[in-house]
Amino acid sequence: MNIAVTIDDVARETLPIASEAGPAPKRIVVAYGFWIFLLSDIVMFSALFAAYAALVHATAGGPSGAVLFNQGTAAIETACLLLSSYTCGMMSLSVNSRSRSAVYFFAAVTFALGTMFLALELREFAGMISDGAGPQRSAFLSAFFTLVGCHGLHVTAGLVWLTVMMAQVAVKGLRANVERRLLCFALFWHALDIIWVWLFTVVYLIGVQP
Amino acid sequence: MTDIRFDRAPGDRPILTDREEGTPVGVLVYTIGLVLAVILTATSFWVANTSLIWGPGVPIGLMVLAIAQMGIHLVFFLHITTGPDNTNNVLALAFGILIVLLVVVGSTVIMANLNENLMPPPEVMNLHMQH
Repeated sequence: MNIAVTIDDVARETLPIASEAGPAPKRIVVAYGFWIFLLSDIVMFSALFAAYAALVHATAGGPSGAVLFNQGTAAIETACLLLSSYTCGMMSLSVNSRSRSAVYFFAAVTFALGTMFLALELREFAGMISDGAGPQRSAFLSAFFTLVGCHGLHVTAGLVWLTVMMAQVAVKGLRANVERRLLCFALFWHALDIIWVWLFTVVYLIGVQP
Repeated sequence: MTDIRFDRAPGDRPILTDREEGTPVGVLVYTIGLVLAVILTATSFWVANTSLIWGPGVPIGLMVLAIAQMGIHLVFFLHITTGPDNTNNVLALAFGILIVLLVVVGSTVIMANLNENLMPPPEVMNLHMQH
């Protein structure tokens, strides 16, 4: 029994500091939870990527990626998303330094770049569908429209979210809960950029290799 | 040991360095990330279009570049680092990568294998075509 008590004492002394401090602040819990959600979202995208990889040659006599994809458009889309990720980071820094006008400015730039990306993607989709290469043409095109369209939907959701957040900053100010939501938005936007890196690599660059 | 050390939220930079050095360091971190990402993206597009590289090696090169760029985004934009206050975030990321690899590699291998083994012989294919 004495031995048990001494072991207990030793164990208590070597406990890490963080576990004695009680629950972590809400900002950390919220961001960690959102990080888990983002990872699950990425797992969903990995299933779409796997479907695309399995169906990429199932063109059913229709056009293949080498005929359909335009690398110039993909390059401009990539530039738009990458720059918007950067301005989103600048927005997070402005939130930290509590400068509201800078938050509005960088949010507006992020929104504009995101909209430009969406417009280019929609123009590409519309061109493909009007050329008879819509999602019903072949399994390859179904997989393509599902994969790229799902990313586009995420970007659309991100733009809506950004608008809502700016309204909240305007009405509520940079309160703690608004700040947490902005942190989650920044995580979401950067994660979308990571998915796009894989998209343009797998679909637009590897997909058109001979 | 009076300071209470919590884990860091994903997406947060260390609070200490921000307080000591202000936002210019933050701007610098994002700018380094942007420059590296631009270099990697440009390299990807160059690798895909050049004839200098042996053809079958191009997809592997592009994969490596994408993995590198993912790392750049994680470190410079999402601030997921190997610091002790980031262990939870890194562990969650590692689990996510494990599942992603299982799904993608598993599906690709199984589908390629089925494709190879279940392809009907030419005479059966001809029968299918005639009906």
